[in-house]
Amino acid sequence: LKTMRFMLLFSRQGKLRLQKWYTATAERDKKKMVRDLMQIVLARKPKMCSFLEWRDLKIVYKRYASLYFCCAVEEQDNELITLEVIHRFVELLDKYFGSVCELDIIFNFEKAYFILDEFLMGGEIQDTSKKSVLKAIEQSDLLQEVSCIQY
Amino acid sequence: MPAVSKGDGMRGLAVFISDIRNCKSKEAEIKRINKELANIRSKFKGDKALDGYSKKKYVCKLLFIFLLGHDIDFGHMEAVNLLSSNKYTEKQIGYLFISVLVNSNSELIRLINNAIKNDLSSRNPTFMCLALHCIANVGSREMAEAFASEIPRILVAGDTMDSVKQSAALCLLRLYKTSPDLVLMGEWTSRVVHLLNDQHMGVVTAAISLITCLSQKNPDEFKTCVSLAVSRLSRIVSSASTDLQDYTYYFVPAPWLSCKLLRLLQCYPPPEDGAVKGRLVECLETILNKAQEPPKSKKVQHSNAKNAILFEAISLIIHYDSEPNLLVRACNQLGQFLQHRETNLRYLALESMCTLASSEFSHEAVKTHIETVINALKTERDVSVRQRAADLLYAMCDRSNAKQIVAEMLSYLETADYSIREEMVLKVAILAEKYAVDYSWYVDTILNLIRIAGDYVSEEVWYRVIQIVINRDDVQGYAAKTVFEALQAPACHENMVKVGGYILGEFGNLIAGDPRSSPLVQFNLLHSKFHLCSVPTRALLLSAYIKFINLFPETKTTIQEVLRCDSQIRNSDVELQQRAVEYLKLSSIASTDVLATVLEEMPPFPERESSILAKLKKKKGPGAVSVTELEDNKREGGELNGGADRGPDSAAMAAKNRPMSNFSTHCHSGKITNNR
Repeated sequence: LKTMRFMLLFSRQGKLRLQKWYTATAERDKKKMVRDLMQIVLARKPKMCSFLEWRDLKIVYKRYASLYFCCAVEEQDNELITLEVIHRFVELLDKYFGSVCELDIIFNFEKAYFILDEFLMGGEIQDTSKKSVLKAIEQSDLLQEVSCIQY
Repeated sequence: MPAVSKGDGMRGLAVFISDIRNCKSKEAEIKRINKELANIRSKFKGDKALDGYSKKKYVCKLLFIFLLGHDIDFGHMEAVNLLSSNKYTEKQIGYLFISVLVNSNSELIRLINNAIKNDLSSRNPTFMCLALHCIANVGSREMAEAFASEIPRILVAGDTMDSVKQSAALCLLRLYKTSPDLVLMGEWTSRVVHLLNDQHMGVVTAAISLITCLSQKNPDEFKTCVSLAVSRLSRIVSSASTDLQDYTYYFVPAPWLSCKLLRLLQCYPPPEDGAVKGRLVECLETILNKAQEPPKSKKVQHSNAKNAILFEAISLIIHYDSEPNLLVRACNQLGQFLQHRETNLRYLALESMCTLASSEFSHEAVKTHIETVINALKTERDVSVRQRAADLLYAMCDRSNAKQIVAEMLSYLETADYSIREEMVLKVAILAEKYAVDYSWYVDTILNLIRIAGDYVSEEVWYRVIQIVINRDDVQGYAAKTVFEALQAPACHENMVKVGGYILGEFGNLIAGDPRSSPLVQFNLLHSKFHLCSVPTRALLLSAYIKFINLFPETKTTIQEVLRCDSQIRNSDVELQQRAVEYLKLSSIASTDVLATVLEEMPPFPERESSILAKLKKKKGPGAVSVTELEDNKREGGELNGGADRGPDSAAMAAKNRPMSNFSTHCHSGKITNNR
């Protein structure tokens, strides 16, 4: 069953900024996996390829400014399209925050999760139209303090 | 962008996050967090009922603290309360909290499921999506029990909004993955398949993930999706980049959907219907053609999207393994990528070619790239890429190139990453045995393996070389000579001592005529390594010594003296002591005839499946698929290897049949056992 297992965002200093897990995993296992993986990815050099094998998974990662975006997928998954999943997520963050930077994700962590959730569900892409996803996110923002009308 | 919260900014949260960032030490951070936790606890317990905004803020703070890595053991109730707020952002935070901090308290679960039920039946699409998300995020059995029957209905209902359909499809997928027995498609099957024809591309994209998973488990029930998938794919592939508007990604039409359609088709054999098949082949040819066209954009996103589709199409071609023309074209395309500037493409090409190597249609085409692959093995800077090259060499190996490939892999092994050495050793051992025409080459290869990567040479490998040497008369002398020479090295690996000890014990007589390898010289050589070895190796050496006494009576006195000393007969290890005592006694009281019978040459081993192959399969898991296929192809005696001989023929075996004594069985498998 091909699926994305988890996505991590972390800084060059090894600070975890976002962690989304798509399969039930014990907390202490999560911590260990994050530590292991951060160490491996941070040790990679710039010219190396964006994929590596880790345990029984494949890791697809890309660095954007000070943040590493790291996805774990199953061995048979399509690596290049996963790279573009990461890129699409970055585009969404960028559009929402306006030239997104790490600080935006630190101070608005819950928004970063909401955006990710609009885009991926259970590790699968929901909608690949940038417009649709952004519209859905903006709609949520508009519903802020306003009570919702019963449909 | 200024670092303040956007939208409804919870100021208190921003201040708290700032405080944490300003902490100079871990202790300071923990102190600040504990202060906040105490504050939140008191607010939650307080007399005054908290308003929604405050509750939201505190729950969000707790979430932040948890995500930092600290344990949180309260707040669940407040989060669950937020779910019943009719303010969207409060609900949202509530759902986020409970999705991240999953709690198995049954009372909470009941309340959560209730809230979800209300939101699902609210007919408010945003609330419905929130609820569906939560179910997909948590995916617990309790949720599956509560909602698995409701969601398919939402998915196919005519009045469900597109965004909700998308969420419903993926939510159902998650539930199916975790609790397949609770998701009964039955009456929904045809309508779910029909979603492939939906006009909303987002709905199709989401539905196809669900359908692919269902097809894998129930291919017959969902097979109508094949022709729909082919039509859809065909329309996308032949569309201009402006047709699909927002679903075009950097000038590539619907790349995600295309990849998913191609992936879905890999769940089924090639379409039986001629028209459908024809259309699909046309599609695949178009995709291969497009790869040769100049790119529409210089951006890496464009080429990644385009190539993602190409690689998926090649996967499908390989899966079908029935269109020689397409297979050869795929191979050529991958061949081009092998030398591409981009490391990612070289990596993927090497990986993809591995599977192509095992198809009889493309095996020869793959072999033509051997020099490029060898070059990659030697020069690629990224260990991931080098490893793919090694895998490909293994996959493309056959009689015609085995010597060359084994030599390259041995040379690679000298500097390979420790993490991959064991697997490399297994592969070299398998190839050397599989393609040995001249078994002295095989013996050399295994001894080289021990010399280069002794620590990673598992028991299966060195047992195997001994079994083969025992079974093949023609290589015994060569093995004795080679092992003798190898043992001369000042620092030789313990595995070499094991192999050497065993072989010299059995066949040392074949080289004893030469004064440079006379019996005493052989004994002294082995004994010089004795004290450096572990207990199992020493036990093996002791057995070799008693065999020497039988083979070379002139060594009896010397060896007996060694056996007699305290360090042997009073050795604290029971096995060693027992052997020393018994061998000493045997050498003193047995007549030469009895001794010769007891220590007769080891009879041939019965033919059996190589345990090395089993070990490799276990190690590699799904990646070993090509290996298995490869083995099957080779076993069928295809043109690849001209009917390989897997071991000694039975005539040779019959000639060597001699009675076995109890003693021999003890030493038979080369294993050191503690029980007799």
